[in-house]
Amino acid sequence: MTFFEPSRDIVESKIMRTTLTIFRREMAGYFATPLAYIFIVIFLVLAGILTIFVGNFVGQGHAGLQSFFGLHPWFYLFLIPALSMRLWAEERKTGTLELTMTLPIRLREAVVGKFAAAWCFAGIALALTFPFWITVNYLGNPDNGVILASYVGSWLMAGSYLAVGAFISATTRNQVIAFVVTVTVCFFFVVMGSTIVIDFVSGWANDEFLEFVRYISILNHFAGISKGVLDLRSVLFFISIIGLFLTLNAIVIDRVRSN
Amino acid sequence: MIEVKGLSKRFGDSLAVDNISFSLSKGEVLGFLGPNGAGKSTTMKMISGFLSPTSGTALINGDDVRNKPIEVKRAIGYLPEGAPMWADMSVGGFLNFISSVRGFKGNEAVKKVQNAAELTQLNDVLMQPIETLSKGFKRRVGLAQAMLHDPEILILDEPTDGLDPNQKHQVRQLIQKMAYKKAIIISTHILEEVEAVCTRAIIIAKGKLLTDATPQELLKKSRHYNAVSIAVPNIEKAQEVLEELASVRRVQPIGKNWLMAFPKNKEPINEEVAQALRSARLKINEIRTESGRLDDVFRTITRHS
Repeated sequence: MTFFEPSRDIVESKIMRTTLTIFRREMAGYFATPLAYIFIVIFLVLAGILTIFVGNFVGQGHAGLQSFFGLHPWFYLFLIPALSMRLWAEERKTGTLELTMTLPIRLREAVVGKFAAAWCFAGIALALTFPFWITVNYLGNPDNGVILASYVGSWLMAGSYLAVGAFISATTRNQVIAFVVTVTVCFFFVVMGSTIVIDFVSGWANDEFLEFVRYISILNHFAGISKGVLDLRSVLFFISIIGLFLTLNAIVIDRVRSN
Repeated sequence: MIEVKGLSKRFGDSLAVDNISFSLSKGEVLGFLGPNGAGKSTTMKMISGFLSPTSGTALINGDDVRNKPIEVKRAIGYLPEGAPMWADMSVGGFLNFISSVRGFKGNEAVKKVQNAAELTQLNDVLMQPIETLSKGFKRRVGLAQAMLHDPEILILDEPTDGLDPNQKHQVRQLIQKMAYKKAIIISTHILEEVEAVCTRAIIIAKGKLLTDATPQELLKKSRHYNAVSIAVPNIEKAQEVLEELASVRRVQPIGKNWLMAFPKNKEPINEEVAQALRSARLKINEIRTESGRLDDVFRTITRHS
């Protein structure tokens, strides 16, 4: 498997260079079509509407972005899969995967480069919600450290949704299937920590399993983050999810090549 | 430069490529022929390092494609079947990406892109998105991509598919011009292309290698090889005369006033035929010797597989 192959003959910088080349190509790809702008507009409009009407941003009575960040796990549930669905499925369908894999590009460079571009793009959309931050600063005296921690946490969470989506996109040539399956899988990750699931599981499972269910729940990890507590355990959780699913992503693409 | 050893690929129950071996050295242009679904593309995908072989392998300059994929991919320029590309990129952007991935920087990268665009006559469309191009232009962008780093080895899967006759001619000229310093494999359905550019031809069907020969050797296998077509006013009489000749196997009328005489041992019979008709005082309007037809040979060889 090329992904795990050691690369003694290559200097580290060259690997970075190829990854960066792929990153730039992907990034340019987002902005070459109206897709990027439409995505960003929908992202911002939805973020606004949900925060004001569902999150009760105005009526909460204090200056903070908790109601805004609290909705992110649900909000990402549909927007991130829309971003990740084309990552590999499109390359498989149009045959550009064959082009990529016959250029001197290592599998991990392609996987990381593509993921990083999507993640940065999600980061740009997230950063463009800054008017919320300005608004709360104008209206009151929020803890800006808390807000920054929440932004970082939210971006990490977006990354883990994306990694899951990238892996699923690699398993199919059909973007619609990639979207639907990713939404379902991410939904599963989100609700793992909800009271309904915990109550259900605690009825029969032992404590270790219950702890595990709690641990893999995105909602649990994000609950702290949206309050501004950037727990190292949660950061590690999101980073491990990204690492795990990108590895699976590479394995799937390698399997596509051998068949 | 290229050494293919017992290459096989199994997809589920079917053997798409069955134990194919051949080697290719510098200066050779190998034509890959075969009916649709014969395994041409699958073989090329394995040599270029996209698909991994079920068994066997390919060595490129001594590097095994299975354990030195990056070295192999550096040495090869590959045009995949259908010339896939990112449709929303511009031609220039696409070629810049390729040159960057190929490790070129700064001035050299610019030069490589310019050179490739020049060779494939893409200068006028560099700013255009690939998706707005005609099929012929797209194919040339694919070719520019494959040739950009001036590779020692070119593997081109149907390089002239979708091109008009002028463009086909250009691509063939391009291949001929650089053939002396490269080892080139092209797959094609167009048999005239094999005669025009290839120094060798391999015919495969149902995954098996059936023939590995020069185009001249293949032509000799044609039933038309050294056959003579004659335009005569008096067809019946001429046919009678020619059928008497010992060296003629068969005489066949073709159209209203043409006859075709097939030789017995594929030896030249044009002199003999002309003489026989003249001594019978028959007028000859035109006489031609056939050099053989590849489509004959192709059909005969692939039919029996």
